[in-house]
Amino acid sequence: MEKPAFRPTADNRPFWDGCQQEKIRYQLCQHCGTVQLIPRSVCTRCHSRDLAWQDACGLGVVLSHTTVYRAPTPAFKSETPYVIALIDMQEGFRLMVNMRDGADINLTIGDTVRIRFEARPEGLLPIAEKEPA
Amino acid sequence: MSMHAFITGAYDTQIGELPQSSCMGLHTQAAFGAIGDAGLEPGDIDGVLCAYSFTEPHLMLGSVFCEYAGIHPKFCSAIQAGGASACIMIMQAAALVASGQCQHVLVVTGDNRLTGMSRDGAVAALSEVGHPQFERPFGISVPASYALVAQRYMHEFGVTSEHLAAIAVEHRRHAGRHPKAHKRDPITIDDVLQSREICSPLHLLDCCLISDGGAALVISSRTAAATSQRRGIEILGAGQGHTHEHIIAAPSLTDFGCKTSSAQAFAAAGVKPADIDVAQIYDSFTITLLVELESIGFFERGQAGPAALGGQLGLNGSLPCNTHGGLLSYGHSGAAGGMFHAVEAVHQLRGQAQQRQVDNARLAFVHGDGGILSAHCSLVFGAV
Repeated sequence: MEKPAFRPTADNRPFWDGCQQEKIRYQLCQHCGTVQLIPRSVCTRCHSRDLAWQDACGLGVVLSHTTVYRAPTPAFKSETPYVIALIDMQEGFRLMVNMRDGADINLTIGDTVRIRFEARPEGLLPIAEKEPA
Repeated sequence: MSMHAFITGAYDTQIGELPQSSCMGLHTQAAFGAIGDAGLEPGDIDGVLCAYSFTEPHLMLGSVFCEYAGIHPKFCSAIQAGGASACIMIMQAAALVASGQCQHVLVVTGDNRLTGMSRDGAVAALSEVGHPQFERPFGISVPASYALVAQRYMHEFGVTSEHLAAIAVEHRRHAGRHPKAHKRDPITIDDVLQSREICSPLHLLDCCLISDGGAALVISSRTAAATSQRRGIEILGAGQGHTHEHIIAAPSLTDFGCKTSSAQAFAAAGVKPADIDVAQIYDSFTITLLVELESIGFFERGQAGPAALGGQLGLNGSLPCNTHGGLLSYGHSGAAGGMFHAVEAVHQLRGQAQQRQVDNARLAFVHGDGGILSAHCSLVFGAV
């Protein structure tokens, strides 16, 4: 059993195309300036459809994290224990990622991380690395 | 303010490991139990609301159930809002009888997800609620999502693993007084802390059970309820709150829609949290209940944990909570999980809760949470 592939939709294809070039992209509303937490086709604040893609710097802060010991599917079982973190990116959008070095990493809320990329069968996927303090 | 809706029938089936059960069989047993409890015949039911099933999934579960049970209502539909389904079904049934569209609405739930699909199967199916592009490729699960909330909440408000464990221990104590509960053997705080880690900081005993079971209510109009043989339970208030579905898109990891839903329900009922005699609140994980207790206003921020440690959620505490044992110890059968809370509230208000009876229980609060603290529905019930 494979891990779930990311299978882009029209709403988030530019994000995944960006990942293949090792770039993280996010959406900014051209009408009210709201950064969208995750990609979509409408601004969650003013409901404008005019969202523009921007390149992010790749740095963010750990909002929360968990070490997973009980995997949801057999595909993830061999990875346990692994870390899932929610990252608030510097520009104001959010990513869920795994952490490079898995459960060996000493991670705390508020730590700064840098987004790198990990190869999966369907392409490159974001993964985070702790920035040296 | 009255919502002009009354609970006339309530029933829950056996719960736990029921190898001879089927999803539709559990629905039927719960439905006919509730109809009988109301002193009605199946032909009296003119509205039916179902939820969803993992073991017999269908696009039209309401129609599937009515076909199976031989019921032909004027109104039939299915509502899917995860753990909030039961409360939302009750709120919707109340609207149907208050508007005069129906006289007696059956709200029925059940699933045999323990013996019908295995624990692994249920955990895998539940993980599919994760966002397909931005969560699932990273190995998210429902416990992992709640663990992310727990980690943040503990960080901000000084909640400890002992606080969470105290909630699990109290639920098991409650379940010990319910003859039908899935898990009744007492546990200690150490048992919880020593149990297998699932997703840090949550241990196995911080997580709800997976059970077979079913539960149903009959919601009746004021005129129809007046002829009921049962002591009436009135739905005094209801409210909902919706902020997100996926945890990645939650506007906050510490403030959720239960604040809005409960404020609306309390305002409609004209009561405040301190007036509530007994609470039945969704407890998919220990952290779920802790967050809800504080957001709803039963305890100040950071105080629900110490309160749980001090026995305040117990039968003789300031807020007897989940007196049947909740999802943590009574059992969890999909949408029926939330319906067990509502059935227990009815039993308490009717004075039928036997060993677990809260003295002179007149006002009950019932709350459902769907997704990752995403969809909330709060209800206030009163003994008439």
